Amino acid sequence: MAHAAASKEQYNYEIIRKFAIMSLVWGILGMSVGVYIALELAYPALNFDIPEITFGRLRPVHTTLVIFGFGGSALFATSYYVVQRTCQTRLFSDGLATFTFWGWQTIIAAGALSYMLGYSQGREYAEFEWPIDILIAVVWIAYLALYVQAIRQRSQPHIYVANWFYLGFILVTAILHIFNNLAMPVGLFTLKSYSAFSGVQDAMTQWWYGHNAVGFFLTAAFLGMMYYFVPKQAGRPVYSYRLSIIHFWALVFLYMWAGAHHLHWTALPDWTSTLAATFSIMLLLPSWGGMINGIMTLSGAWDKLRSDPIMLFMIAALSFYGMSTFEGPLMSLKSVNALSHYTDWTIGHVHSGALGWVALISFGSMYHLIPRLYGTKIYSLKLIYIHFWLATIGIVLYITSMWIAGIGQGLFLRAFDDFGNLKYSFIETVVFLHQPYVWRAIGGMFFVAGVIIMAYNIFRTISQAKREAAELEARIAAKMANA
Amino acid sequence: MKFKHESIEINAGLLIALTLVVVSIGGLVEIVPLFFINETVEQVKTADGRDAVHPYTPLESRGRDIYVREGCFLCHSQMIRPFRDEHLRYGHYSLAAESQYDHPFQWGSKRTGPDLARVGKKYSNEWHTQHLIKPKSVMPDSIMPNYPWLMENTLDYSDIRARMQAQKAVGVPYSETDEEYEANVKRFGPEVAKNLDILYAEKNLLKQAETGNYDGDKTRLTEMDALVAYLQVLGTMVDFKSYQDGHFSEFR
Repeated sequence: MAHAAASKEQYNYEIIRKFAIMSLVWGILGMSVGVYIALELAYPALNFDIPEITFGRLRPVHTTLVIFGFGGSALFATSYYVVQRTCQTRLFSDGLATFTFWGWQTIIAAGALSYMLGYSQGREYAEFEWPIDILIAVVWIAYLALYVQAIRQRSQPHIYVANWFYLGFILVTAILHIFNNLAMPVGLFTLKSYSAFSGVQDAMTQWWYGHNAVGFFLTAAFLGMMYYFVPKQAGRPVYSYRLSIIHFWALVFLYMWAGAHHLHWTALPDWTSTLAATFSIMLLLPSWGGMINGIMTLSGAWDKLRSDPIMLFMIAALSFYGMSTFEGPLMSLKSVNALSHYTDWTIGHVHSGALGWVALISFGSMYHLIPRLYGTKIYSLKLIYIHFWLATIGIVLYITSMWIAGIGQGLFLRAFDDFGNLKYSFIETVVFLHQPYVWRAIGGMFFVAGVIIMAYNIFRTISQAKREAAELEARIAAKMANA
Repeated sequence: MKFKHESIEINAGLLIALTLVVVSIGGLVEIVPLFFINETVEQVKTADGRDAVHPYTPLESRGRDIYVREGCFLCHSQMIRPFRDEHLRYGHYSLAAESQYDHPFQWGSKRTGPDLARVGKKYSNEWHTQHLIKPKSVMPDSIMPNYPWLMENTLDYSDIRARMQAQKAVGVPYSETDEEYEANVKRFGPEVAKNLDILYAEKNLLKQAETGNYDGDKTRLTEMDALVAYLQVLGTMVDFKSYQDGHFSEFR
């Protein structure tokens, strides 16, 4: 076996390069769609009476492109990198790895197009219709096989902690995806289907899925990313191995109970949502365990924050992770949820996690990863600094405007006059939302501008790597000719 | 024998198995009982002992498909919570029974617009049609998009039977046989049962559109007809006036 691999690179980097680049492509596209739908809410004329681009059809395009396109591709890229490096083995099948790439890209593109054409399962973050769902399941099983086989071929006895998190994410995503998407198609040649469940049970299953898509796809997996790239970039070992063990098991156990906090005060039985709220509070502990473990990894090397913009991304990401995992349990309290639910506070909360944690840790990891994939140095550190500040300003504008919008609307809706009548009509709260919506869109533009600068930086890095490789080859050729 | 976490760290199979066990518990405890505890979905009966909540007619069901297609649930919830302000604004809080035939549920998670769980019969058909074509024409400050194509698109009902059969396969009591029809007559009454008969789906759909004339244009059957028919039935199946105050609180 060693002989067969000798002719190739030690690791399959080609697949990682592909996923890394597509993650940026989907990121820019998906975030731009996000800015556009934010503007549609501020200026509804932008719907242009075109069915394909009305808010209701574009919103799942935005969520799918950023969660599964950007986030998913970043996870494929980093997990393939981490598992090969930490297990010191090559993915066992190039063909299967390439299949996961093209399969995943097809899924994202087909999903986005199908929503615009009006095909949606009508369940948040699970809008893919049944044929695409089947393709997802197939790609995911291939992903699992590649990952598990790499771990089985590891040269070390121990499975590195990042791999526990990635593995947990792959396993749980498979379970969630399959059970939540059970549906009956109208026919073999139509995309339309009806969910296997209805009403209360459908709601519970969907939010068990929805919350754990956040818990595993957007949290556990990115913790895996954190556990490899933060110590690497800091040049220091993980702060506490014991803490990582405890918070891994606590996190994967507790998350699965928390979904029903999306259904407080609904027709879901009280016992279920109370249980979910209880576990959501407990979830604060393992969440902060992860944050502390990540941030403290830098202890003794804090000066890096002055000199290394990549480290800035990672530490800011962990700080936002800590903040949004504090805000989450707060919002899962029934009394807080009574105000926050159905408002933009939820949207703001999601984005402090998605932009602050998921996107920033991905950017940091990509800045570390991509130059190594191409055997060169990053083109410009200064551009990374600019990206960092654009992103941070964007996030702050986004979440503060959504706090104002959400808490404001919640308070307006429950205000009574001296006679006990409702003080405001619904439409008055909509008028109030206009300004926060404008500021939110501006925040989003800052964030997208940062990603575009990143893409330029990465593009220059890759061309620089190609130039360097060509020069090296020319020098070798010249030497050979002289000899 | 002393347990060491190391034994999990060096054994991929054990790591996978334990992870699967640990992540399964929460879902099993919270989801599975919902299918078996009868009180999860209330029994809501009319005065003559029939089920108050019944499946949608073919036309309403097609309207619901359009509601899902356009992503209405991303801005409008269909789930009223038991708070005083929501009671004043929207009406009685939503019962589990009211969405028991909703595949998928459309409770929603965001109110950029108002809740629609009880919008049925609150506005006229004309209002809905006007509002959907151009919301600003009846609500100047609205930020809802215009949906003019609903009035332009002819309603496709060619596969209405397949759609009803698919819903039947996941548990909605539409009928295909005589026995199923008779059971529906007993359960929902003859008027409702007729509309649940898959064999007469096209006929019933056309008849409802014609009598209802939802879009105000008798010459054409449009997507507007279907969507307005759906909106007009939302929240109207349970007559809360016929129950004592607090009757439903015992179920929560």
